[in-house]
Amino acid sequence: MALKDLPDTECVLPGSAACPGCPATIGLRLVFKALGKNTVMVVPACCTAVIESLYPNTSFDIPVMNIAFEAAAAGASGVEAGLRMQGKSDTTVVAWAGDGGTYDIGIQALSGALERGTNFIYICYNNQIYSNTGIQRSGATPLGAWTTTTVGGKTEVRKEMGDIIRAHHIPYAAQACISYPEDLYNKVKKAKEIKGPKYIEILAPCPPGWRFPMEKTVDMGVLAIETGAWALYEFENEKMTFNGKSKLLLEKKIQPKPVEEWIKYQGRFRHLFKPTRDEKTLKAIQENTDKVWERYRECYL
Amino acid sequence: MCKRMQCKSNNYGKGGTTMKNIMINTGNYIAAKAAIMAKPDVVAAYPITPQTTLVEGIANYVASGEYKGEYICVESEHSAMCACIGAAATGVRTFTATSSHGLLLMHEMLHWAALARLPIIMCNINRVVGPGWNIWADENDSISQRDTGWIQFYCSSNQEIFDTVIQAFKLGEHKNVALPVMINYNAFILSHTSMPAEIPSQKEIDDYLGKYKPLWRLDPENPITFGNIIMPADYEKVRRAMQDAHENAKKLIPEIAQDYKKKFGNFHGDLIEKYRCEDAETILLAMGAIGAESKVSIDNMRKEGYKIGLARIRTFRPFPEEEIVKLAKKAELIVIDRNISCGYEGALFTETKGALYGKSDAKVSGFIAGLGGKDVPYNHVEDICKKAIKGKLKKTIWYGFEEVKK
Repeated sequence: MALKDLPDTECVLPGSAACPGCPATIGLRLVFKALGKNTVMVVPACCTAVIESLYPNTSFDIPVMNIAFEAAAAGASGVEAGLRMQGKSDTTVVAWAGDGGTYDIGIQALSGALERGTNFIYICYNNQIYSNTGIQRSGATPLGAWTTTTVGGKTEVRKEMGDIIRAHHIPYAAQACISYPEDLYNKVKKAKEIKGPKYIEILAPCPPGWRFPMEKTVDMGVLAIETGAWALYEFENEKMTFNGKSKLLLEKKIQPKPVEEWIKYQGRFRHLFKPTRDEKTLKAIQENTDKVWERYRECYL
Repeated sequence: MCKRMQCKSNNYGKGGTTMKNIMINTGNYIAAKAAIMAKPDVVAAYPITPQTTLVEGIANYVASGEYKGEYICVESEHSAMCACIGAAATGVRTFTATSSHGLLLMHEMLHWAALARLPIIMCNINRVVGPGWNIWADENDSISQRDTGWIQFYCSSNQEIFDTVIQAFKLGEHKNVALPVMINYNAFILSHTSMPAEIPSQKEIDDYLGKYKPLWRLDPENPITFGNIIMPADYEKVRRAMQDAHENAKKLIPEIAQDYKKKFGNFHGDLIEKYRCEDAETILLAMGAIGAESKVSIDNMRKEGYKIGLARIRTFRPFPEEEIVKLAKKAELIVIDRNISCGYEGALFTETKGALYGKSDAKVSGFIAGLGGKDVPYNHVEDICKKAIKGKLKKTIWYGFEEVKK
């Protein structure tokens, strides 16, 4: 499916409260195009709770239920059961949560819902920080990144959420990125047709959180893929398939760009370059990225 | 588990003799029976002692096919309440049950359910809060949830548990209320004690409750966003509407109790159950199982010549302020709390005095008794009442407190 062939459906109405260059609205538009209007969305505390705009207005043309931070998957379990009991099983239930609400505070409810086989799609839009609260570290924040709670740069590597999700052996899990709209659209479309729990994680480069100009959102996603800082893949019926450039990287048909090519545009890594280059941390970041790919090759090639 | 016996029917005022189903079982199994007879579309629950036999009871009804709704075995009480909220938001009837730490883990979502105006019905088996671990009766768990916006009932018998669960659906789902309802009863004293309870027929319950008509629902045909950012002036309206709903509930609870009595014959009081209060010069206020035990004490003291009565508080929220003022017109009050708001006193004692402020100068004596599951038998209650009648009590007495052994 080419970009121009995506459906005209728009469920993100004009006038949302998103920041300029926001990746979440790009993701939401694509997700809704794939899911259509017969969808109910559950949103925990995250940027989207702001993007929705102020009561009594809304920027979404589908029913949305806001719920507490750690509660998206559990709330969605209830929504799914409630709709099914009314014979409305054709309605897609989607939980739309940030990385904080997924990797950290919401992981218990998410694991529970996946284990119970809940028929829903859980989408994590991952901007690698608690951005709604003003850029604090999350379990998804990469090594070396500045946040307001990792002032000198994060000293730990990010959690491999994909491994945790795959340990639940659900019928479908995928990683996508807002910079690859056809890929994202196809993954959501596919998830919609599969019964049971589905998990899709979307890398969402955040201009104010990552400290890059708002017109560079898509570029930051592209570079994340090209450097191997993020991977596009699908995990379907226990089979892992890498997509697009990530597949070529896995098979070593192309060489990844150095991670530095990605981080040098982001103010959150500026302390690694100025006033002096922090060779040790830069090396550790590259090594960690390489290690992730070695693991992928070991397991999935 | 069940047997049939003959008794006079008072169903629908038809009179005559009919078969009435009597279930002899524990409070938890009777609560489970009531819950499934209300036909909730979704039950989401997590086990905790002493609530476990209730959720096991529901699981048995799932296995037998008697319960046809969805039973979600979630991974925590927090998720139990979230799942009930999600399901209720689609416009269906929901039920859950918990106790003590489970209730406390739900705390955030208790507020959420009430502010969302979702009539989720929940049994809470009053149990001690740790540390140390203790599974016996104590009401600090639900008292500490006082301000969540939930309607709170406290029951004193298994029959009352059954009838209150059914009435809770009627009340919570009423369009002028639309609030979640918590039915509290004491750990083991009720949860694990077998007593007989009359069980109406399924048709009678169906006819009584009717179909749930939600105030709002998540519906792709009519997309709304629920719970987005709200400015102060609008938020204040939401809170005010909740307060109004509680005021409405205060009026409806007696009506529902009377209507239920007419249809099913059972009556446990309205906001308060009054026992031998007519000519009483002293009235004891208590909740839950102590309230039931106190009836024996009242009878004994009456025999001794004391003009004493009992007002068993059934609803802690909405609080029966006006009724308490009425009682205090003719009598001095004694309050027994199976809870303590540390730094002050028992919660019912505080609320009672608050209700009387500016309206009555009646003497009110406060006692703490039965914390940590300590037994409060009728003779202790008598002792408490006699102490209060004799004494000029200024502050709370810890009845039967045993000094820590050194």
